[in-house]
Amino acid sequence: MSATDTPFERAGDPYRVGHGRDRVSEGSPRARYVYATGHGEGGPASKRVIVGYGFWIFLLSDIVMFSAFFAAHAVLQTATAGGPSGRELFNVTSIVLQTAFLLISSFTCGLSAVATEVRNQLWTQVALLVTGLFGLGFLVLEGRDFADMVMQGAGPDRSAFLSSLFAVVGLHGLHVSAGLLWLGTMMAQVFVKGFRPDILRRLVCFNLFWHALDIIWVALFTVVYLIGLGR
Amino acid sequence: MSHDIDRRDRDPGDVGPGFMDAVEVTAREGIARYVIGFVLASLLTAASFYALDTSLIWGPAIPIALVVLAIAQMGVHLVFFLHINTAPDNTNNVLALAFGVLIVALVIGGSLWIMDHLNENVMPMHRMMQMQR
Repeated sequence: MSATDTPFERAGDPYRVGHGRDRVSEGSPRARYVYATGHGEGGPASKRVIVGYGFWIFLLSDIVMFSAFFAAHAVLQTATAGGPSGRELFNVTSIVLQTAFLLISSFTCGLSAVATEVRNQLWTQVALLVTGLFGLGFLVLEGRDFADMVMQGAGPDRSAFLSSLFAVVGLHGLHVSAGLLWLGTMMAQVFVKGFRPDILRRLVCFNLFWHALDIIWVALFTVVYLIGLGR
Repeated sequence: MSHDIDRRDRDPGDVGPGFMDAVEVTAREGIARYVIGFVLASLLTAASFYALDTSLIWGPAIPIALVVLAIAQMGVHLVFFLHINTAPDNTNNVLALAFGVLIVALVIGGSLWIMDHLNENVMPMHRMMQMQR
């Protein structure tokens, strides 16, 4: 099962573009079929691909929902109604730490995918645990920032700017919380059920979800915090 | 046995998003990919926070620089973490992404555009009340 056991792959074309469905018998003991993308001859895609693709569509629709929250915040960023602006409220150290935590957790989540790829139970669990701890750290910092703002009288009811800020950052925080719950159940499932095909599909979806959360955070710290600090 | 099931479940013609097995990837290569992505993303993040108060960039252009850096970082995340690339077996994922980006651009760009015009052309409420008095 090496990567170079078909003529097309040997020729440096791992995707077999333009070769349709070819019967490959030379050089291998059994006749095998080789499929090419976009030719409609390979039959339906495997369940793994369909599940991954469907979850990708869900993530994109989730991002579209976020875009509405982002648009609201971008429009209302200067509508402080005489209340505090971002420059007075934001704690840059905390934002740097939150960004670092989420980026590191996204990285370790990727490492867990590699460990899953080689079917290593221990390292999969360790990487997922580290992912979860950094995610938890992120949520704690965010919760602390929110509590500080509310204590200063800058809660979501103070101005349109703050309403939209709490909405968009809070929505992301809710996603991270849901992701943490999912992460816990995935660790338990991998531990109890092992690397069954259905568990592997769920792990792929979880990985996609966690990376997508970090992508949204990139937009969030740029638009809400960094640009907000300059207003 | 279980290895056989995994093999059969692996489609040779298409990949879903987040799959590393478009071309067989060893663990070392997989880790290297995430490390590259992590380093690039860290550099771009650091650049964003540096651009915040630097005299290197003309003041009014800083928000644009920040947006450019953010889009670059999202690209890094997509390529190195979500494994979205230009390979032919990835076309479905890229097309779905392109549609998502279109909608996001319409929603955000359209909102900002419309609200900017409204702010410019519609009289603020308190001035209107003064005139009615």
